[in-house]
Amino acid sequence: MSAPAGAVVLRAEGISKAWSTPVLDRVSLHLRGGEVHVLMGSNGAGKSTLAAILGGLVPADAGQMTLGPLPHAPRSRAAAETAGVVMVLQEMNLFPGMSLAENLFLDRLPSRFGLVDRATLHRRAVVALERVGLSDLDPRMPLARLGVGKRQLVEIARALDRRCRVLILDEPTAALSARESDLLFDHVRRLVSEGVSVVYVTHRLDELPRIASRVSVLRDGRFVAEHLGGDVAPGRLIEEMSGRSAPQGSAAESPPTRDLVLAVRGLDRGARVRSVSLEVRSGEVVGLAGLVGAGRTELLRTIFGADPASAGSVRVGDGRAGLYRSPRQAVAAGIGMLPEDRRHDGLLLGQSMRVNALLLPGQPRAQSGWIDRAAERGAAEEIRTGMEVDCTSIEQPVGQLSGGNQQKVVLGRWLAAGCRVLLCDEPTRGVDAAAKGTIHRLLREFVNRGGGVLLASGELAELRAICDRVLVMAGGRIVAEFSRGWSDEEVTAAAFHQAGRTPARKTSAVEAGGRP
Amino acid sequence: MNRTRLGGWGVLVLVWLGLVALFGTLADHFLSATTLTTVASRLPALAVVAAGMTLVIIAGGIDLSVGSVMALSGAVLGVAVVQWGWPLAAAIPVVILTGALAGLGTGLVTVGLGIPSFLVTLGSLEICRGLTYAVCDSRTLFIGMAIRPLAQPMPILGIPPTVPVALAVVVAAQAILSRTVFGRHLVAIGANEAAVRLAGIDTARPRVAVFVLSGALAGLAAVFASARLGSADPNAGNGLELAAIAAVVIGGTSLAGGSGSVVGSLLGVLVIATLEAGLAQLGASEPLKRIVTGGAIIAAVAADALRRRWEGERG
Repeated sequence: MSAPAGAVVLRAEGISKAWSTPVLDRVSLHLRGGEVHVLMGSNGAGKSTLAAILGGLVPADAGQMTLGPLPHAPRSRAAAETAGVVMVLQEMNLFPGMSLAENLFLDRLPSRFGLVDRATLHRRAVVALERVGLSDLDPRMPLARLGVGKRQLVEIARALDRRCRVLILDEPTAALSARESDLLFDHVRRLVSEGVSVVYVTHRLDELPRIASRVSVLRDGRFVAEHLGGDVAPGRLIEEMSGRSAPQGSAAESPPTRDLVLAVRGLDRGARVRSVSLEVRSGEVVGLAGLVGAGRTELLRTIFGADPASAGSVRVGDGRAGLYRSPRQAVAAGIGMLPEDRRHDGLLLGQSMRVNALLLPGQPRAQSGWIDRAAERGAAEEIRTGMEVDCTSIEQPVGQLSGGNQQKVVLGRWLAAGCRVLLCDEPTRGVDAAAKGTIHRLLREFVNRGGGVLLASGELAELRAICDRVLVMAGGRIVAEFSRGWSDEEVTAAAFHQAGRTPARKTSAVEAGGRP
Repeated sequence: MNRTRLGGWGVLVLVWLGLVALFGTLADHFLSATTLTTVASRLPALAVVAAGMTLVIIAGGIDLSVGSVMALSGAVLGVAVVQWGWPLAAAIPVVILTGALAGLGTGLVTVGLGIPSFLVTLGSLEICRGLTYAVCDSRTLFIGMAIRPLAQPMPILGIPPTVPVALAVVVAAQAILSRTVFGRHLVAIGANEAAVRLAGIDTARPRVAVFVLSGALAGLAAVFASARLGSADPNAGNGLELAAIAAVVIGGTSLAGGSGSVVGSLLGVLVIATLEAGLAQLGASEPLKRIVTGGAIIAAVAADALRRRWEGERG
């Protein structure tokens, strides 16, 4: 699309935001009238957070925003919408049990005498659905009958029906088919021609030429570059998104020349995990890189038996190759897992550190079913000391501990269980820098004692700091493998090229279907 | 955690002593052997059912079928003793087994099909009541002196032998809950089943087992109830599930699962039984008794919720 010459509609200056760590650092954005301004960046670059601040979902810690001549400081999503800034969420918040019409107009149902005016509602719904090319759908049908892609379009229709000056789309095509994406682009172009300005968050390079009038690149919460028009060389963007950091071989001391501890062969789980084969050797930390939705979490859960595999086999050490039908079987074989969402999947928040640290099958300190309380306390104290868990006592509820200490409790549990393989899913997400260092050191000590670790992380710095090898996933497959000395650029390129469905293999990537 | 639990028990004991003092002052003959005998004879059945219910609720479920299961087990007892002429010692194990089998059915359907136990036990409540009528042909079976001694006050002590048995069951259930791996897993499952499964722990077996236990204890309650009445009544145990849930909740167990104690539930049973006995002595009408008991349940839960909120703010 050609570059428009509109005046600045939405101006954000020096926006900063920190959760436990800084996410955005003095980022500015000038959105002009009638342009599609694409925000690009890798996982964790801060692009979704910036979009959420514009859309009123989260407040900024610092910085100013103006919408036209007026200050823009929405206290809520509803306030932003009233001002004319409408955001379509990446995670849809729709109601499957309600009709399409009700979903579209839930917050402003037309009514007469306190009753919903169905005729008006359906008339408006038909118009709204037409706008996104869903005119063949009956607005009275329940949303539950639609697939994910069409639900996304309903969510977009809901946004478009508002009188909006600025439309924010956060990775809208992630769940859409190619045809649905085309349709969406048509609508976005039409809206732009009507004078609406669009902020478009994506990490797909192939979408830029089709839609972008301006591209801003973010990396690690900072503004990196701005390009006019969508025809930017992919190589340059990748370079900007990943940064040029010299290869550095820091944490690893043990060369991975020892026995296999984990062998995965041809593992399949529907479209989420596709014929994945990989090996982890004793003394080795193997990283899993990839974009959000590449299938890293699904792969770990499938290996662990938490999700059912449709084909393939998993083998621990010299054990028997097979598939685990439940985590219980995986744990019995010697595998442990640090789940991505430790609060929901890893811990009993109301229970003490002691109970959580020893939540294991066949509780170690128990004989014939009875718990030896003194031994249990001793074991919990041991984990507390060994993992450097910062708590007032072993009786403190884990819900009161910091994220890093919670993760140390889960890690301590598996080390106490004596497992040989640890599957770690974003082990240091939401963890402060000091605890992160401790967790990395503990994992390294674990592999040095003969264990193996398979670690998924969206953070390249983490993979660099701890992994001996990195496997890159995209679309449920392992698409590349890098040994120590890789650059962020190579790994990002491998992940993006596959995600963008562009056939390219200009890096030293190895097709990792089987053994390296 | 142990300190808060002892604190919770202490509050309940104080409430109970307060009730005893209140009724002792208001009614002339409340502090008498007769009252003790009355309360002591009614207590055991509810206490053991509440013990089973406590474990089920802590594990994140609920068992609405306990009243019907008790009636069904009672009917089996009546038929075995009266019609088949079995000695009591042979009949009692079969009666408890009947309850356990009913619980096994509930547990297998709940866990196997992944249906909420509220719905499954709502169904088995009806099924077991129907089976009860079928077994005893809708008639009350008079067992008489074969079983009455179990509920007669023992010399000197003034309480029937069923009371120490029920107390032993409560102590055993509390020990299972707080001292065994099985009990620990029940608490964990009630707190966060997903996390327990991902820790590699089998959740299906403990979840079925807890319903078997609840059923078996309903069977034991049938022995106690039949001993008190000297007969097996097919209408026995109507509304027992609600009384048991009330006692469990008054005892401080969270209906959401993941925390609670059996001893607390016993204290809840004591509070309810004392309240009922006291109101009866005061000559309160049946409607008034029910209104006051209902109010007490709400007051207990409200007090517990306020205490938790206060502790939450402090912690």
